[in-house]
Amino acid sequence: MSIDYSSLVLPYVRPSELDRHDVAHRPVIVVGAGPVGLTVAIDLARYGTPVLLVDEDDKLAQGSRAICFAKRSLEIWDRLGCGEAITARGVSWQVGKVYFGDGLVYRFDLLPEPGHHRPAFVNLQQYAVEGMLYEHALSEPAIEMRFRQRVVAVEPRDDGVTVTIETPDGTYRLYCDYLVACDGSRSPVRAFLGLETRGQVFRDRFLIADVRMTRDLPAERRFWFDPPFHPHGSALMHRQPDNVWRLDFQLGWDADPVVERQPERVMPRVRAMVGDDVDFELVWCSVYTFACTRMAHFRHGRVLFAGDAAHGVSPFGARGANSGVEDAANLAWKLHYVLRGDAPASLLDSYGCEREPAADENIRHSTRSADFLTPKSEMSRTFRDAVLGLARNHPFARRLVNSGRLSTASTLADSPLNTPDRDAFAGAMTPGAAAADAPVAHDARDDWLLRHLGGRFVALQFANGADAHGEPIALQGLRVEALVMNAAANATANALVDREGVAFARYDAKPGTTYLFRPDQHVCARWRSFDRHAIGAAVARATGH
Amino acid sequence: MLNIEPNLSAPDDFYEALIDMHRGLDDKQSAMVNARLILLLANHVGDLDVLREAMARARADVVPSG
Ligand SMILES: Cc1cc2nc3c(=O)[nH]c(=O)nc-3n(C[C@H](O)[C@H](O)[C@H](O)COP(=O)(O)OP(=O)(O)OC[C@H]3O[C@@H](n4cnc5c(N)ncnc54)[C@H](O)[C@@H]3O)c2cc1C
Repeated sequence: MSIDYSSLVLPYVRPSELDRHDVAHRPVIVVGAGPVGLTVAIDLARYGTPVLLVDEDDKLAQGSRAICFAKRSLEIWDRLGCGEAITARGVSWQVGKVYFGDGLVYRFDLLPEPGHHRPAFVNLQQYAVEGMLYEHALSEPAIEMRFRQRVVAVEPRDDGVTVTIETPDGTYRLYCDYLVACDGSRSPVRAFLGLETRGQVFRDRFLIADVRMTRDLPAERRFWFDPPFHPHGSALMHRQPDNVWRLDFQLGWDADPVVERQPERVMPRVRAMVGDDVDFELVWCSVYTFACTRMAHFRHGRVLFAGDAAHGVSPFGARGANSGVEDAANLAWKLHYVLRGDAPASLLDSYGCEREPAADENIRHSTRSADFLTPKSEMSRTFRDAVLGLARNHPFARRLVNSGRLSTASTLADSPLNTPDRDAFAGAMTPGAAAADAPVAHDARDDWLLRHLGGRFVALQFANGADAHGEPIALQGLRVEALVMNAAANATANALVDREGVAFARYDAKPGTTYLFRPDQHVCARWRSFDRHAIGAAVARATGH
Repeated sequence: MLNIEPNLSAPDDFYEALIDMHRGLDDKQSAMVNARLILLLANHVGDLDVLREAMARARADVVPSG
């Protein structure tokens, strides 16, 4: 039997600082142990940076929050050593179906090509993901976690940040070089700094009912516009582990959130959806609204905002937690390089330059989905229904149906850390893209490309029977791992082998082609030949020198 | 580029067909049929620049009342 994370109580330990008069120093304090704070903390610790993670609560996420975790998040957690456990516990899926009335109008496949280690998505309760990240964090010696410790004041200075923390036994202060605020959409840290987040609140309400029932339905995302069981609204159904299903009903702005979450109101809605012959049990329900918001800047000197603290979206593209996990991976290596003296502090500006446009992209998708789901004018509704009506028999209209565009990795196309292409390339692996996975072989065993990237800079040379470089390239004190990938016909013992030819194809590679990957697995430069000088210049650029 | 030169092979026939398309429909139904027609034609045109130009022209001298 696996652990029931929903009821896990995280330990409070009286901090020794309560008995001290001086203010102790920490390199990094992360505020908030949600999925984003936990990911930042683990990532930093694995680079070797000691980190203190504080959370005001002693429980994991309550009830129905995120369930859909994207391929990119799983890949990031793979790099941190817990992707396998999370994937194994979740329900993998990749197909979505959209219905209008009672007819299927559109079916989409989020990962139509094979050759990826991770599925397009897994569904898993947010508290289970947090629980597994928490357990993983326990095994990282460089992380200290403190629960029931609330940050109540933050004083930024030029050379660091003073943080006041309240515990059940009193209050103490710490001084840190950098503070990472992952304290959620209402971010107290944001308020302490007098900052705000701006955006658009959507005038609609949705009911979530997580129900336990035995249904033999495929693990797919099913979405209805105006279904017979819930006329004039939309509905969504997702499979979670342990025979739990997420049902989501659009209620409209005028619905009373208190009344609508009463079981006597919820049960008939569920009954209408699942039919008379199915036994079910209500596990959790809530009524939510959403807003698309973002802070103007994610970096404020030595305070960095990530996850919901920095930006908010609707749940319909599963872009909330997933984009926050991408923030975490983007920030962790930069903080580590800066703290270790391998990069100037200005490298941290690139966190904002890269993740602010990514947030805009997520908000754009999220806003478009929300406008399709909740048309704001009569004419907008007419067009929406016209699209749905045409979709059944007109393939072009299916592509206009928008029930949520699901989270994929952001390409950091305009990043100052990218070295613009000098040589001609085709395909998706442009500078700024998150590395695409591919089936490879290593040491005569089947393996995946992404398992060899990340955690440090990697220069991967595609070759035709070359040997591995062996020695890492040392550039201005920065280690760059030099790896070789041979085509299957010319495998050598100590290099990677492109066992199905997929890697060469995905990277538009020819013998000689060399890609430079950052510690977060994003491409930052590529060439048609292996050129140490060019690699050195690209690493310098990617580290803000 | 949006073609605003005469391009309809039989203008009067087109106009008659357009009005006929709405015969017997109430305003709501007509709005729906118009929307479908726009979507079908937009897909036929395909080019977003041309469509944006047409949209801009369509509302050029219409002042929002609200
Ligand atoms: C109905 C619903 C469905 C969703 N579905 C999805 C989905 O399928 N996929 C997806 O990716 N996202 C989804 N989301 C969004 C997702 O839940 C959030 O984006 C995610 O929780 C954000 O993580 P976070 O770590 O930034 O913040 P949070 O999870 O909000 O964590 C913030 C943490 O900070 C702590 N904290 C706050 N203030 C202080 C303080 N002063 N001192 C110390 N600690 C503090 C809190 O206790 C909390 O633990 C959904 C959201 C909702 C509401």
